[in-house]
Amino acid sequence: MTVQDLSPRAPVAGPVPGSLPAPGPGRRFRPNLASPKVWSWIAFVLGLLYFFLPLIGMFEFSLRARRGEYSFDAYRNVLSDPQFVATFSYSVVMALCTIVLGVLIVAPTAFWVRLKLPWLRPYVEFVTLLPLVIPPIVIVFGYIRLYNTSSWLPMTGTAMGTNILLMFGYATLSLPYMYRAVDTGLRTIDVGTLTEAAQSLGAGWGTILGRIILPNVLVSILSGAFLTFAIVIGEYVLAALLNRPAFGPYMVWMGGNRAYEPAALAVIAFTITWACMGLIQLATRLSKHNRVERR
Amino acid sequence: MTFLTIEHLEKSFGPTRVVKDFSLSVEKGEFVSFLGPSGCGKTTVLRMVAGFETPTSGTIRIDGKDVTHLRPNQRSIGMVFQAYALFPNLTVAENVAFGLKVKGVGGEERARRVQEMLQMIGLPDLGARYPFQLSGGQQQRVALARALAPRPQVLLLDEPLSALDAKIRVSLRAQIREIQRDLGITTIFVTHDQEEALSISDRVAVMYGGIAEQIGRPFEIYNRPATRFVAEFVGQLNRIEAAVLDPNAGRVRIGHQEVALSRPLPAGERVTLACRPEAVSLGAAPGRDLILPAEITEVDFLGAVIRVKAKAGLSTLSLDTFNRPDQPPPQPGDRVQVSLAPADLLVLEG
Ligand SMILES: Nc1ncnc2c1ncn2[C@@H]1O[C@H](COP(=O)(O)OP(=O)(O)OP(=O)(O)O)[C@@H](O)[C@H]1O
Ligand SMILES: [Mg+2]
Repeated sequence: MTVQDLSPRAPVAGPVPGSLPAPGPGRRFRPNLASPKVWSWIAFVLGLLYFFLPLIGMFEFSLRARRGEYSFDAYRNVLSDPQFVATFSYSVVMALCTIVLGVLIVAPTAFWVRLKLPWLRPYVEFVTLLPLVIPPIVIVFGYIRLYNTSSWLPMTGTAMGTNILLMFGYATLSLPYMYRAVDTGLRTIDVGTLTEAAQSLGAGWGTILGRIILPNVLVSILSGAFLTFAIVIGEYVLAALLNRPAFGPYMVWMGGNRAYEPAALAVIAFTITWACMGLIQLATRLSKHNRVERR
Repeated sequence: MTFLTIEHLEKSFGPTRVVKDFSLSVEKGEFVSFLGPSGCGKTTVLRMVAGFETPTSGTIRIDGKDVTHLRPNQRSIGMVFQAYALFPNLTVAENVAFGLKVKGVGGEERARRVQEMLQMIGLPDLGARYPFQLSGGQQQRVALARALAPRPQVLLLDEPLSALDAKIRVSLRAQIREIQRDLGITTIFVTHDQEEALSISDRVAVMYGGIAEQIGRPFEIYNRPATRFVAEFVGQLNRIEAAVLDPNAGRVRIGHQEVALSRPLPAGERVTLACRPEAVSLGAAPGRDLILPAEITEVDFLGAVIRVKAKAGLSTLSLDTFNRPDQPPPQPGDRVQVSLAPADLLVLEG
């Protein structure tokens, strides 16, 4: 027999659904299919498998570049490809510029809407959601039509002009995430009163934004920034149609021309995305003044 | 000379007039409270003085200078908010230093002044803490230090104590008053707590419906209320119904007694008179020669004070007597006499 039978019996056969398990003796793991807890664990495990099996499969495949044994050859090939380095650095720089532009556009807008134009908020929110509804291909064709070499503002005529255009496109794509992140951050502080307190102490708008508002929503801005980073690194349509040497088109090109390297590249890209997520967590953890607990 | 002058101030939000013809002159170093029920416009007047709202009409002058259309950061005011409003990303010392930094006060002078301010509010060792590490009372004291650090011309406080519990409220208000006296800073203090307003102010402005009903010293406000609203809002009030005999001579009949009030009365057959509980004595008292028979209906033994309710004719009077260890307190049902002075009777008009 099992150990379980030697212990005193709990008065009730299992925990009451929805309540905490009864404390004290008799609290042992007893599979009970009627309990919702078991079902939620099953659902959780199924979800994990659904999510991780393809990744594991892909990872396994990426290790099989050498016949008959596992090796990191595919990774070595990718990382030593000068194209990889060039496109990846290009995308990183673009991502950083996009983040700066996004913060400069979004933070003052969200602040001003919260402070002075609260009735405008639903409309602004709607506008920031548009990039999720309108496909990037529409945006990029719009850009090409408006800014082609024979237009009033021939931005696609030079590499720099196209880069700037691409940055605006990226900023548009990341708008939903950036705006939501900053707006959520602003919700956690009393924007109106803090602004008035700063004003009564003599501060102008620059000081208020730079010294009070931005530092208080820094964590939110960072999470918006990491999301933007992840989007820009993987973006394909804008970069391909504007014909810029970005990481997204490189990945697609790889996928069409090699066997094992695309899998390695996907794992690398995935790792980068996850690192961004981790950094969001870390930033939240590190901010000194945002803790709710006292002393 | 008056230091802060508010003249014919008006404010409308859309069609609603929230502040109506509000005028007030505050002397340098004076402590004035705005007292009134919720929604009467206290905060709105204060915010216009601070510059956060633009008056619909009227002028505000500080030290002779018209500031009506100056932006808040161009006026020299210090403001303390009900919700503390400390900057959560800055330490206590950085919060206090904020206004000095904006003003361009140099590092050493700034540090000295911050320390001086923290000393003043009694928290010299908490400079390195963040606001979330302080209690409510401590946060509000820091907010006061922050507002005072740049030496503003006027200090404005909007219900600074109402988020705190009763004990701290009393001790902190005494501390605010002491600091205000030491610095001699002209101050406006908004509250809806009458005890608070009466106890710490040089003058009180009682507001109702956007109008300053009466502006006066606490003693006047309490004892000589100018309007029915002030009489009823500030302190406790006994009402006595009286029949008017001669409105011009001020003669009325209370119960079976004729009383001369020596002031003209509004026309009409009946009039409502009022008096404070402490204007009524149990038994005869020198100078209180209006004596009414009464029956005690309720006795509240509060310790030092015994609050008694007595029915005299149609009106129930509340009165306070001091506890005397050698005498048992009065009992409900006792037949007694109560006395009061006709001069203490207020006429409630309207
Ligand atoms: N921005 C605004 N827009 C419209 N109406 C307003 C605005 N601010 C205040 N009011 C109205 O003005 C009136 C006076 O408000 P105010 O805040 O001055 O009252 P208060 O005396 O400070 O009240 P409380 O004791 O509750 O703080 C209220 O009826 C309020 O609804
Ligand atoms: Mg108010």
